[in-house]
Amino acid sequence: MSVIGVRRARRSGSRLASAPLALVLLAAVCALAAAIPLVYLVVRTADAGLAVLVDTLLRERVLRLAANSVLLAIAVTASCLVLGIAVAWVLSRVRMPAGRLGLLLTALPLAVPSYLAAYGWLVVFPTLNGFFPSWFVMTAVCTPYVALPVAAALRGASGDLEAVARTLGRNPFQGFVAATLPRVRPAATAGALLVCLYTLSDFGAVSMLRFQTLTWGINSAYGASFDRNQAAILALLLVVLALIVVAGERRTRGHVVAPAARPVPLIAPRRGLLPVFAAIVLAAPVVGVVVPVAGLLSRLLEAETIRTIDVGRLAEAIGTTLLLALAGAVVAVALALPIAALAARFRGRLVNAIESVGYLGHALPGIVVGLSLVFFSLAVVPALYQTVVVLVFAYAVLFMQKAIGSARSGIEAVPNGLIAVSRSLGLTASQTWWRVTARMAAPSIGVGALLVAIAVMKELPATLLLRPTGISTLSVELWNRTEIFEFGAAAPYAAALVLLAAVPAFVLSGVRGVAKEEEL
Amino acid sequence: MNRARTTSLVALAASAAVVLAGCTATAPEAPDASTEPVSDGEFTLYSGRDEALIQPLIDLFEEQSGISVDVRYGNTAELGALLLEEGDRTPAQVFLSQDAGALGALANADLFAELPADITERVPQGFTSTDGSWVGVTGRARVIVYDSEKLTEDEVPSSVDAFAEPEWKGRFGIAPTNASFQAFVTAYRVLKGEEAADKWVAAIAENQPQIFENNRAVLAAVDDGVIEAGLINHYYWFQQAAEAGADNMRAQLSYPEAGDPGSIVNVTGAGLLASGADDADALEFIDFLVSSEAQQHFVDETYEYPLIEGVEAPEGLPALDSLLNPELDLADLESLEVTQDLLAKYGLI
Repeated sequence: MSVIGVRRARRSGSRLASAPLALVLLAAVCALAAAIPLVYLVVRTADAGLAVLVDTLLRERVLRLAANSVLLAIAVTASCLVLGIAVAWVLSRVRMPAGRLGLLLTALPLAVPSYLAAYGWLVVFPTLNGFFPSWFVMTAVCTPYVALPVAAALRGASGDLEAVARTLGRNPFQGFVAATLPRVRPAATAGALLVCLYTLSDFGAVSMLRFQTLTWGINSAYGASFDRNQAAILALLLVVLALIVVAGERRTRGHVVAPAARPVPLIAPRRGLLPVFAAIVLAAPVVGVVVPVAGLLSRLLEAETIRTIDVGRLAEAIGTTLLLALAGAVVAVALALPIAALAARFRGRLVNAIESVGYLGHALPGIVVGLSLVFFSLAVVPALYQTVVVLVFAYAVLFMQKAIGSARSGIEAVPNGLIAVSRSLGLTASQTWWRVTARMAAPSIGVGALLVAIAVMKELPATLLLRPTGISTLSVELWNRTEIFEFGAAAPYAAALVLLAAVPAFVLSGVRGVAKEEEL
Repeated sequence: MNRARTTSLVALAASAAVVLAGCTATAPEAPDASTEPVSDGEFTLYSGRDEALIQPLIDLFEEQSGISVDVRYGNTAELGALLLEEGDRTPAQVFLSQDAGALGALANADLFAELPADITERVPQGFTSTDGSWVGVTGRARVIVYDSEKLTEDEVPSSVDAFAEPEWKGRFGIAPTNASFQAFVTAYRVLKGEEAADKWVAAIAENQPQIFENNRAVLAAVDDGVIEAGLINHYYWFQQAAEAGADNMRAQLSYPEAGDPGSIVNVTGAGLLASGADDADALEFIDFLVSSEAQQHFVDETYEYPLIEGVEAPEGLPALDSLLNPELDLADLESLEVTQDLLAKYGLI
């Protein structure tokens, strides 16, 4: 494999240097794992033939589905960016009563699967359907992907320049825009990328709210016509959209050299503004958590047949979910790290390609990734088919990009000077990686692992296809019960799922980190 | 390598049978071991129907037969896609499907082994496969669900043709991506001809129905007063009535007149996968599904129509024969693609 074109990024200020071949190879192998669904889709599309491909893509309905997907993805990404940055600014710059609680609340929507959020809204307002409700619910569910990393970046960003801007006559908001916003841009765009890909691949919310996107088309191709080839063509279209998004994010990502952080004095808001700030912080948690959970609870109380909870079964599902989430997070991080390390330090076409492939899994609905791994495991490792090994691997393929983004920004933030010092003290490149880079980037890598763990807990379609026969996660049990309208029996599983996913969300919110800073 | 092991086990059991048979004086001719089903006391079932409904039946079967069943639950569409992907490497021997469409798709892909006639003969023509590739297990009638607070029973149309009239504009709901709706439109095409079907779908699309993902969502919307009427399968109403209490149901059912495409009966069914062709346990299970015991279970738990003689339909339902459309063969409902093109033509899917 050629490493021509792989160059150390200019912005690092160091001489141009080629990426180590070993790292490139390792990252390429990891990217290959993420490329399995793509191979599968290409095989299926080839099976369909060129005529069917062209015919399908030119169907008016397919064009409409694609337009809807793009429209929703753009709208949700834009609103998440605006709301997420506003929330992050309030949480890190304004003296709010119970500010830490605000941070925790901001993380909570992460714990609610999109189908559950949409379902809860439908209970309260059964007439909801179409674009606007989908936009609304998806924005609430996705805002934490922007708000949390931006809040973390703001806590790390020095307020010095903002102070300078203010002495030049800017108000706090203008000062923030002029001096600090550029510094949180990488965190914000990385979050926006997750939001955009997640929206493209989501089926849960749009199916509940009846907004027909490509994922809707893919599911009905499987469900109504048993036409795998047509489903593959639509999924391939989704892949193309995702690649455009990933390329777009790379162009706007930007880079900051982290300056020494210095605490920023918090602004005491004028009285009249306090409710406004509170509304900004509370919007997503109320829309994404409070209303849906209240809706579910009301259905629970309405149901005449509240069955006794099978505690053993619930406990088993919780245990299975936890173990799978843990295993999924470990494998996803293991696959993501080489890609993140490469993308953080080097640039070039090959690096870009490897990183983009790593993002593919997230743009595809779970059913497509699930079927691609059925195809792959039966062809390559039939002995492992329908075992936990393939299931965990599928989670890693689906969610490794969640780990790539945060690990990359963590590794990027490790100053080159420190690495140079380490090398000059006689440590090898790999020793330096483990003792300096990995250690300093550990919190960011941990954030990625937590994001993966939450996503695994909520995952349904791939789990249904790949789980060993007889094994159930919380989301599978929940699906089992909502399928047959037993809300009374479903509620404990929904509650357990949201509570379980809220734990990593709580850690992600950085509440503990903030507490430590305040104690200092 | 699961399959290799299964194959060698089958071979071992088969040769044992040959040896045993050879030793017995009363059976001078050894049975042809390759076509005689062999029991190993277990098999794997892919169930496209809900666990809460099927598992009690499995428990009963396991207890009675001593055969252990590995069940994998999923929805019919996903399991159908899974079986097509697995092909002849599937670990499953039996597929239990929510609708005839999935069974037809798998039969067309040559994934099923032919069922013995003593099983398929129990279910009357019109409610099972014509070539013995699968057997019908229960029946599901298409019905009109209406909001009893806005409509009286008399005001509910007796034919789906009424929904094509301007007076129904924006007042009703359908789930056009749903397999059961597409089966119904296919029946419309078969019974009334392509031209009439084209006209009906065009008029329906013109009437701006509310579009839902599935029957349950249509029912929920009627029950919440969002729409005045909808087209669904009959048992969804009974199931929700059991959960919420029949008195709390604002939605009520009306049965279109016999002969109307809106009143067709679709079936759930089971097929023996090619990998299970020699599996006596798998066959015994399919046999059990069309026994009176299992049929009664479906009647009691799901309010679906039983398909064998001697088991009564659930209370409150019109007799199954009254809904049987002699002009319609379920096998004719396979032309789903034409239906989908038609629905796509008018932007319904």
